[in-house]
Amino acid sequence: MSEMTKTLLEMQNVSKEYNGNPVLKDVNFTLKQGEVLGLVGENGAGKSTLMNILFGMDVIQQTGGYGGKVLIDGKEVKFASPLDALKAGIGMVHQEFSLLPGFTAAENILLNREPQNKSVLSLVFGDRAKTIDRKELQKEAIDAITKLGVELDPDMLVSEMPVGHKQFTEISREISKSAIRLLVLDEPTAVLTEKEAEMLLKAIRNLSNQGISVIFITHRLQEILDVCSKVIVMRDGRIVKELDAQATSIQEMAKLMVGREVNTSGNHSEATARRAISEKTVLSVRNLWVDMPGETVRDVNLDIREGEILGIGGLAGQGKLGIPNGIMGLFPAGGSVKLNGNEIPLNNPRACLDSSLAFVSEDRRGVGLLLDESLEWNISFPAMQIQNKFLKNYLGGLIKWRDQDAIKEVTEKYIGQLQIKCTSSLQKAKELSGGNQQKICLAKAFALEPKLLFVSEPTRGIDIGAKSLVLQALREYNRENGVTIVMISSELEELRQICDRIAIITDGAVSGILPAERPSEDFGILMVGKSKKEAM
Amino acid sequence: MKKEITQKDVRNFLANNIVPIIFIVLCAACIPIAGYSGQYLVDQIITRIVRNSFLVLSLLIPIMAGMGLNFGMTLGAMAGQIGLIFVTAWNVVSIPGLLLAAIIATPIAIILGWFCGKMLNMAKGREMITSYMISFFMNGVYQLVVLYGMGSVIPVHSSQVILPRGYGARNTIDLLNVRKSIDNFWTFRLFANENGTGGLTIPVLTFILIAILCVIIVWFRKTKLGQDMRAVGQDMEVAREAGIKVERTRILAIIISTVFAAYGMIIYLSNMGTLNTYNSHSQIGMFSIAALLVGGASVSKASIKNVFLGIVLFHLMFILTPQAGRNLIGQAQIGEFFRVFVSYGVITLSLVLYEIRTRREKAESAKTLALSQKQEANA
Repeated sequence: MSEMTKTLLEMQNVSKEYNGNPVLKDVNFTLKQGEVLGLVGENGAGKSTLMNILFGMDVIQQTGGYGGKVLIDGKEVKFASPLDALKAGIGMVHQEFSLLPGFTAAENILLNREPQNKSVLSLVFGDRAKTIDRKELQKEAIDAITKLGVELDPDMLVSEMPVGHKQFTEISREISKSAIRLLVLDEPTAVLTEKEAEMLLKAIRNLSNQGISVIFITHRLQEILDVCSKVIVMRDGRIVKELDAQATSIQEMAKLMVGREVNTSGNHSEATARRAISEKTVLSVRNLWVDMPGETVRDVNLDIREGEILGIGGLAGQGKLGIPNGIMGLFPAGGSVKLNGNEIPLNNPRACLDSSLAFVSEDRRGVGLLLDESLEWNISFPAMQIQNKFLKNYLGGLIKWRDQDAIKEVTEKYIGQLQIKCTSSLQKAKELSGGNQQKICLAKAFALEPKLLFVSEPTRGIDIGAKSLVLQALREYNRENGVTIVMISSELEELRQICDRIAIITDGAVSGILPAERPSEDFGILMVGKSKKEAM
Repeated sequence: MKKEITQKDVRNFLANNIVPIIFIVLCAACIPIAGYSGQYLVDQIITRIVRNSFLVLSLLIPIMAGMGLNFGMTLGAMAGQIGLIFVTAWNVVSIPGLLLAAIIATPIAIILGWFCGKMLNMAKGREMITSYMISFFMNGVYQLVVLYGMGSVIPVHSSQVILPRGYGARNTIDLLNVRKSIDNFWTFRLFANENGTGGLTIPVLTFILIAILCVIIVWFRKTKLGQDMRAVGQDMEVAREAGIKVERTRILAIIISTVFAAYGMIIYLSNMGTLNTYNSHSQIGMFSIAALLVGGASVSKASIKNVFLGIVLFHLMFILTPQAGRNLIGQAQIGEFFRVFVSYGVITLSLVLYEIRTRREKAESAKTLALSQKQEANA
């Protein structure tokens, strides 16, 4: 085990600035062989930049390189491209999958590194005319999968895999690279179910035992405690503290990340003083099915009460996201949905919006925002389109002009209300950070003045500070305007903070609805799919 | 339950193979009306397979690389024609003539293919319309070279080839020197009568060449380059991240296709026996693509099976329609009219169907969901 003590990677005074703005300052740390290092920090803390430097990404050179030294095995390295980093044995698994849907797991694992047979023709036409050795390909893929220690069928097409297996394929690919010594995992568990995440954590321990070092970036702090030996907390481009994972707690890490006290345990009794919710059903859902890839809804029955905040939770892939997307007509759906007793036609987004439903999508950048347009446009557009708000009528409504003043006014109102950080109401939506983009999405929905608001994963991919602001905005909106809110989130604690009741979705159906103050274990039981009666 | 599935399977099969099915029905209807003998039809179909299969096979590789239907195969056809013009002018006969034509055509096809591939790399996602336009553009260059360059700049002086004014190639060039020389090199008669005539003539060498190309294509799919092309065809960005040279791979796909198209054109014209200097190439691209689509291929998926089924059905149609037209309304021109109308129609239909099919596959999974809920409710 003497190898374990050898230092693999060392960063000395690494710094980086973009156009004069320092984004990394004096970063120093060391990583031993076989060590698992947790890297945490809010969005924009500098984690990505640090990894980009380690990998020699083009963006670093294009913006003037970096300061300080990166040492591997005690020797300074300066990678000119990710390929160089790869040669030095550094592999990275990104948040987005980079897999070919029509290839099998094995083909993806060994993509562009396929074992080949020589033939007469390859002597004439060169290397690329060599045929691929399928048997060897299979064998090497299985080797990598075994090394990772997960279950994965090498012959399965990626297009038919559940999301967890895609992640395993991706990691197996990095591991199959022979010289791999350091693996960087960027939010690998974000898309996994709890069970898959557990398997992955086990795999990380496996790798560590085999002498492969891992840098593990995640927002789920519990996972850090589970697998890491050391944690680096970053804030504003600096390492604020290096912690021993065995001796720290979620609270401590969270506090360091945001630089202020954060209530992570979600003291709901204080946050949501128990309140009486009317028994009147505002939205009733019967036998809903939704064909949303990866989030299939099979048979959901729900009654949403007027004025409440209903949480919808459950593990990833069980169908919780399919519910709002199906009701709002974004994916093919069937069944019956009644708002105050009136049937709402499905598969018709316009009809939903017309009946005063609104939806904040989990796909912020894709569905939620007009990225290249100003904040004013983003906030006012749906209201303008659907309710003819912010328009000036001329010639008896024949000609409609935008009411620029009203648009500006409403935008500024929401910028103030939601504390959106921006240079002006004319800034483009894509220039904002994730948390502020999310607030724009909320403002957009608020501007519609809906009776019922669906909010899907409002805190996904935004940092702890922004999170609590978003949740607070939702709570206030519910209290002040009496708007019923249905919030879908994968984070149970977050739901317990602001919801009145929480429905748990398992295998495309509601497995139970409980008041939010019930202990989390009760929800846990529902999530793992115990029968309805048992849990009730 | 079991019956339900089979019914759905049948419907799926029909929907996925609608183009070949339409053609089978049309041909079946035309056969009795045209009144040709079975032997005549088989003989004709063999001729068409011999003529066209090499050309149609050349389309497979760009489809594999995700570049759609290579309308730029016209460029290869031009290269093949230039080769044939030279050997006719130099009076090289028979198989050596065809070989020489291929040798001349190869570098021209490689250069044209490289150019076309470069252009298509600049227009990713719009390969088909771009290659279609490139073929129009290069047609102009080809005319310039052949109509004004030959005899004046390029030293070609044979009166068989050059117009009496001293420069420019003739409108039609007789390929007597090389006519059917591959086909007649080694023939074989099936069902011949006692005099050794009649029956079906099988041009063995041509079939061997076609078989070799099929084997090459099958082998090619298994090579590293073939695997890279499939990868590039599915997702260029993922392939690039894995270190595959995406642009180079795509250019290679087009070059290979163009070179095969050039050889295909040489085989095609040697079988026809005449070269229509200014028209042959522009029609052949359209007809080859239409034939492939009739065989059930789509923009993203095509196999050797599609090639041969397509050639048989597409050309059977053209053999039958003139006679059927004459017998029905006394006009044979309807066949020629049909040929053009059907080619464009089939291409349009296939492009539209491809989109519809992708969309329908999504809707299909939704239906299964509704169904399973119903079944659960019944249970």
